[in-house]
Amino acid sequence: MRRWLLMLVFVLPMAAAQSLPTPASTRAADVVQGEYLARIGDCVACHTARGGKPLAGGRAIATPFGSIYAPNITPDVETGIGSWQRQDFRHAMHNGIGRGGNLLYPAFPFPSFTRVSDADVDAIYAWLRTVPAVHNENTAPDLRWPYSLRPLLMVWRGLYFQPGVYRPDPSRGAQWNRGAYLVEGLGHCNGCHTPRNGLGAIQASQALAGAMMPVENWYAPDLRPGAGGSLDGWSVADIAGFLQSGVSRHGNAFGPMAEVVQRSLQYLSDADAHAIGVYLLDPPPRAPVTPTPPGLVAPPSQARNLFDEGETIYRQNCADCHGDDGQGAGLIYPALAGNRGLLGPDVNAIRAVLLGGFTPSTRANPRPYSMPPFAPVLSDREVAAVVTFIRRSWGNQGSAVAPASVARNRSVPPR
Amino acid sequence: MAMRWMIVGWLALLAVPALAAPPVPDTLAQRIKACTSCHGEHGEGGANGYNPRIAGKPALYLYRQLLNFRDGRRHYPLMEHMVARLDDAYLREIAEYFAAQVPPHPAHAVVALTPAQRQRGEALVRHGDAARKLPPCQACHGERLTGVAPAVPALVGLMPDYISAQLGAWRSHTRGAPAPDCMATIAARLDKSDIAAIAGWLASQPLPADMTPAATPTEPPPLECGSIGP
Repeated sequence: MRRWLLMLVFVLPMAAAQSLPTPASTRAADVVQGEYLARIGDCVACHTARGGKPLAGGRAIATPFGSIYAPNITPDVETGIGSWQRQDFRHAMHNGIGRGGNLLYPAFPFPSFTRVSDADVDAIYAWLRTVPAVHNENTAPDLRWPYSLRPLLMVWRGLYFQPGVYRPDPSRGAQWNRGAYLVEGLGHCNGCHTPRNGLGAIQASQALAGAMMPVENWYAPDLRPGAGGSLDGWSVADIAGFLQSGVSRHGNAFGPMAEVVQRSLQYLSDADAHAIGVYLLDPPPRAPVTPTPPGLVAPPSQARNLFDEGETIYRQNCADCHGDDGQGAGLIYPALAGNRGLLGPDVNAIRAVLLGGFTPSTRANPRPYSMPPFAPVLSDREVAAVVTFIRRSWGNQGSAVAPASVARNRSVPPR
Repeated sequence: MAMRWMIVGWLALLAVPALAAPPVPDTLAQRIKACTSCHGEHGEGGANGYNPRIAGKPALYLYRQLLNFRDGRRHYPLMEHMVARLDDAYLREIAEYFAAQVPPHPAHAVVALTPAQRQRGEALVRHGDAARKLPPCQACHGERLTGVAPAVPALVGLMPDYISAQLGAWRSHTRGAPAPDCMATIAARLDKSDIAAIAGWLASQPLPADMTPAATPTEPPPLECGSIGP
């Protein structure tokens, strides 16, 4: 007994000391900064398998061309990037070329990361050297022919990739430029929010115009301010608060954005979160946008009945939290009146009703409120009806939703 | 002047309750409406014969199930979606909340079993089958089958479909636990008729008056198990 007690006394403090991360104050400044930047780049999301060791790779990145498995980027020499020099890491981030010269697939967002400064890339490298090395073999891509032919990447790069750095716009302030640097570079927001062409290349002329995400089948909203954009009515503080907490009075982080907020954006400094808001509300001019189709629209003959049925369902199931007039309850339950995220393509609103769920646990909102899933209790027609009612009430001007659109979104999206 | 402002103040106070919607309660029960919409206000379970009762299960058991759903060891798409973005501290709080609930148990299910099935179910639960390396259920789940603190759940008070679905899920690897996954090992040694007998017999047992989990196991665990200890 005594021996056990002694062991406890000695072993426990040692174990505790080993498991604690090194306090920030004793780490080099570039490592601390690198950890922050890596979070803003959300490296961990793709480079960690579900339930796996951080950054040890293995998560399947599903694309229309097949799956690519994010590699191990821990400092393990055999299976990770332990043998990479700083120059190798810069080459990968800036040019999309791995150690040994292999061309990387653009599922790795190097077309955005190319804008990240060398100093920031070096800081991320310095931090990556300090994370625990994990031995975990990489998985080869599982792409359909002809996309499996790696030399074709040469052609793709020739057509769609231009290495570059972020060039500050001297006519804009430092805050705006910081926001642009983060949004277009490390944050790689256009990975989801900008439409891609048939070969997966981001269409720069449509920057942040909103896009259907292939495979996942979510709509990443149009991030334009002003009439028609999803950020219509948002202030800089609304955007900053949303990025850091996952909630806002205009709408909450849901679907893939919930993961981005939880793993990455909640860690934004106040200054960076505000800089992103400043940039998004005052973006560079852009070519006219082709709106994303709304989904399966119910014909006018059905729309009236759906709306009326939807109103009854809304009063019974939704009004307690979202209010009789869709006004919401502050940061707890978002307003539906004027909520741009519910308009446009119908898929997000349908999924929100079917799945319900929690906004992410974040530093600013660790114990989020939630919404019941209605998939178990409402039919396709009932969901179509209530979503139609929400999309066409209180000044909202979305299309009526066909029950068939609910049927095709009923399955829970893959994780 | 001061008087006039006082009157304005009073009027404002009177006006506020009439204008503002009632505040949203700052309670865990309000925050977890997504859980209680299927599992019942107090975790008593759904009326559909499937959504299980979670009230009164050991907190550590519930917490581990939430982690298993979140981290990809246990699969049920809607549950995986629910907990996907919640952190450990919040999941633990939710688990403790349901562990502390004591709603009444509904009348136990009547399951039609042949005498042979009843006998087989009882034998497997009480004695196991040494020839097939099947330990008795009660070795880990307690003699009263009400679970064992801190992490082993009760086997009585569950619906038959739920029990057979779980044993099936272990066999098909859609339910798992951190290694060594003793229940996966055991379920792999069961066949369909064993599962029907066990589920039917367990679900038809009257509930003991004291449903609290046993404080300590009656015997050392027959298999190494990653989900028993604290």
